[in-house]
Amino acid sequence: MTQYEPVIGLEVHAEMLTESKMFCACPVVDSTEAPPNTTVCPVCTAQPGVLPVINRQAVEYGIKVGLALNCTINEFNQFARKSYFYPDLPKGYQISQYEHPLASNGWLDIDVDDETRRIGITRAHLEEDTGKNIHMGSSSLVDLNRAGVPLLEIVSEPDMRSVEEVEAYARKLRAILVYLGVNHGDMSKGVLRFEANISVRPTGSDEMNTRTEIKNLNSIRSLVRASQYEIARQIKLVESGGQVIQQTMGFNEESGKTTVQRSKEYADDYRYFPEPDLPPLNIDRAWVAAIEKTLPELPDAKRERFIDELGLSVQDAGVLVADKATAEYFEAALKADVDAKTVANWVTGELFRLMNAAGVEIEQVKVTPEALVDLIKLVEAETINNNTAKEVLEAMFETGHSAGEIVKEQGLAQISDSSALEAIIEQVLEANPEPVEKYLGGKEGLFGWLVGQVMKETRGQANATVVNQIMRERLEGMRKA
Amino acid sequence: MTELTELTIHEAYALLKKGELSSVDLTQAYLDRIDVLDGRLHAYLAVTSDETLEQARRADERRAKGEDDPLLGIPVAYKDVLCTQGVETTCGSKILAGYKPPYTATAIDKMEARGAVMLGKTNMDEFAMGSSTENSGYGVTRNPWDTERVPGGSSGGSAAAVAAQMATAALGSDTGGSIRQPASLCGVVGLKPSYGRVSRYGLVAYASSLDQIGPFSRSVADAAVLLGAIAGHDPQDSTSVDMPVPDYIAALTSDLKGVKVGVPKEYFIEGIDPAVERIVRAAIDQLKELGATVQEVSLPHTDMALPVYYLIAPAEASANLARFDGIRYGPREQGDTLWDTYCQTREAGFGPEVKRRIMLGTYALSAGYYDAYYLKAQKVRTLIKQDFDAAFEDVDVIACPASPTTAFRIGEKVDDPLQMYLSDVFTLALNLAGNCGISVPCGFDDDNLPVGLQLVGPAFGEERILRAAHAYEQATEWHKRVPVLSG
Repeated sequence: MTQYEPVIGLEVHAEMLTESKMFCACPVVDSTEAPPNTTVCPVCTAQPGVLPVINRQAVEYGIKVGLALNCTINEFNQFARKSYFYPDLPKGYQISQYEHPLASNGWLDIDVDDETRRIGITRAHLEEDTGKNIHMGSSSLVDLNRAGVPLLEIVSEPDMRSVEEVEAYARKLRAILVYLGVNHGDMSKGVLRFEANISVRPTGSDEMNTRTEIKNLNSIRSLVRASQYEIARQIKLVESGGQVIQQTMGFNEESGKTTVQRSKEYADDYRYFPEPDLPPLNIDRAWVAAIEKTLPELPDAKRERFIDELGLSVQDAGVLVADKATAEYFEAALKADVDAKTVANWVTGELFRLMNAAGVEIEQVKVTPEALVDLIKLVEAETINNNTAKEVLEAMFETGHSAGEIVKEQGLAQISDSSALEAIIEQVLEANPEPVEKYLGGKEGLFGWLVGQVMKETRGQANATVVNQIMRERLEGMRKA
Repeated sequence: MTELTELTIHEAYALLKKGELSSVDLTQAYLDRIDVLDGRLHAYLAVTSDETLEQARRADERRAKGEDDPLLGIPVAYKDVLCTQGVETTCGSKILAGYKPPYTATAIDKMEARGAVMLGKTNMDEFAMGSSTENSGYGVTRNPWDTERVPGGSSGGSAAAVAAQMATAALGSDTGGSIRQPASLCGVVGLKPSYGRVSRYGLVAYASSLDQIGPFSRSVADAAVLLGAIAGHDPQDSTSVDMPVPDYIAALTSDLKGVKVGVPKEYFIEGIDPAVERIVRAAIDQLKELGATVQEVSLPHTDMALPVYYLIAPAEASANLARFDGIRYGPREQGDTLWDTYCQTREAGFGPEVKRRIMLGTYALSAGYYDAYYLKAQKVRTLIKQDFDAAFEDVDVIACPASPTTAFRIGEKVDDPLQMYLSDVFTLALNLAGNCGISVPCGFDDDNLPVGLQLVGPAFGEERILRAAHAYEQATEWHKRVPVLSG
């Protein structure tokens, strides 16, 4: 039976979180929280007679993304009008870029199953976001706070061949946007939206078949679910002798199914033409070069550095750089004189475990990088042992108190004092004459049990190395006696 | 003493400066005259009486405090296509009935900063689409020289108000001739500045790449003052050009020695009213007498200007007018569905000419037609511009008629859009090329209807055309004739 593979390209709409909107001076705010229509002006509400003015910062942000995605930044830029009627589109057209986008011909490397794949970036262009329609029973209201917020539309080549690749691409792209500081990546705020173009073909074939387009996917989870469903739907259709029709689909979060929104014959004719209110924008090479110098270290470069210079494992390095805040947390901890691998272990191990259990992001974690270092120092100084340290971290995670405070409050400091331990060991040996007898008779395995009794007496705070040493000396002494 | 309403800006300024006249008295004289005449002429859609007098009082106060400006206290009218904060701005369309903009157009802001007093908003062809003001959603404006005739358009209200002495001066907008043609038909001075010279912010867009705001006045010197007031770069209009604004008054001279005038052979065509041709040719001879040298030039793509204009302007208009959807402002015709609401609102709100141009433009931009129409038109537009560029290598200004006819009768061309479109055949090429042009009164036909001489300059060559127009005006008496009107 024929095996099928999907052919997938993604369009990502990323809001550029500039100070002001794309074509007016209104501030860019969290559109899920600001009261409706409070950040609007004559321009973004499309009053008659107003004109757009290009936001330089938005262009700069777009150039940053283009450079990070290895694109050519085009010298000649032109905005165009994309016409359609909808209440959330005040002018009746969206100012976008059509024939002359900001950036083109780039790529993004993604890692799936220990393999690196290069996904082509067709283009990235600037446009303006729409407002939001709010439906209330039989009537609808329009909130234009979001109207005019700069958007960068990033279009990939149809280079993805699995849902895993789609997810990896989306996550990597999101990470880059956050690293660049142009988008905060919080999809619940609608700052990042996806559209997937999907077709299927026999595995290994190079034909490009009719595709469908799934619009308005507002999270990576929806993107993944919708892609999975749509791929399966198309394969099933083709296997049963059917044909995929070029359609625009929506994704129903509840049913998990894609549904047809409109077919090609009803496709909008957007009647693009060059925006006469904005002269062509020529992007100065020197400006691009200056922006390039300001680019931060991006995830791939950071990962390589973590591996090469800090000696981290590929796995740990990958996990630490996948999220900018995590990488920043890790690097903040390294400012102290502390072993990088140890910090990496604590962050990717215990800290991640606690975060997952509590369902919080690293930004909300109460344990500062400095506090984590203090904890590691206590272990290194043998004030506490590793197991106690995990308990201390949990308490720090919950209370935000320092490791030192918690160790003191709960009396968790490790007992390394030989005289104190000798007394306890003496008690244990006296209280357990039989196991001692058996040990001396050759049952060597009971040594560990006897040490365990000491740990029990000290609630785990005894320094195991010291206990081992004294215990052995005492027992050997008894044997001789 | 002459009637106050006959005064030009410069004449009124002299009296205001000497303290022999107050802005309040001057303004009241205009309000009284509007009261008497405008019922018949209907040049105004709105007269802001109370606010007008308040502005006049403020102007007098400013002058009393030592401010001195030729425009301080001068009563002017604004075409209703210019946004005025809190004052109804309809663009002559039912779809904007009751609309009060939340902001004021940059050009008007500049006029107000100089102290000009707003009399009101003038009638126009709906969204500046037309050549007779008959396309207004609020009734036609009548030509002060013959009230059975049109004032031209689309800025017919502004032209008629200035001609009938219902305003010292006015602002209009010109996309294909909408200042120069009505100026010609009403016997006043009308100037279309070069594209980018005046900010379009607050000018409700008809065709964004062609629209310009410009003045109407009763003298060339007044037009120079007005242009100086409204010209200049505006950060809110990215198509306005960041070039210094010259002292236009300083450019005015009484002779034309050394000025080379070109007469385009393609502009004296079949269909031109013989009286217009005769009068304009006589005016060109007059330029020669003033010291200019006159030579024939060729603008070979002239006959393509009209079809090119009627692809580009409607294409831009089809998008510009998409915002009139009844959602955020203007009357709404509530339908059963969103789509019905759109259709019914626009069906009821727009007049036939506006609908015609929206359809023309939508078609020209449609997938499969874009290359053949819009793109081709843009290419020919470049050729038209190159025609002018080449001509201006040989001459300083080009002289031709502003309109092929004098004022035509109301109703004469309403059923024949093509005939109406031909009214702008001498004006619209300039808009396509981005040049400047002025119409100055140069005679009257046998029916005592005014004829305008159009003087065309290259982009940002306003000083040249103002100089030529002023010298011509000073050597002739045409601009002193006034229409005889009674309430």
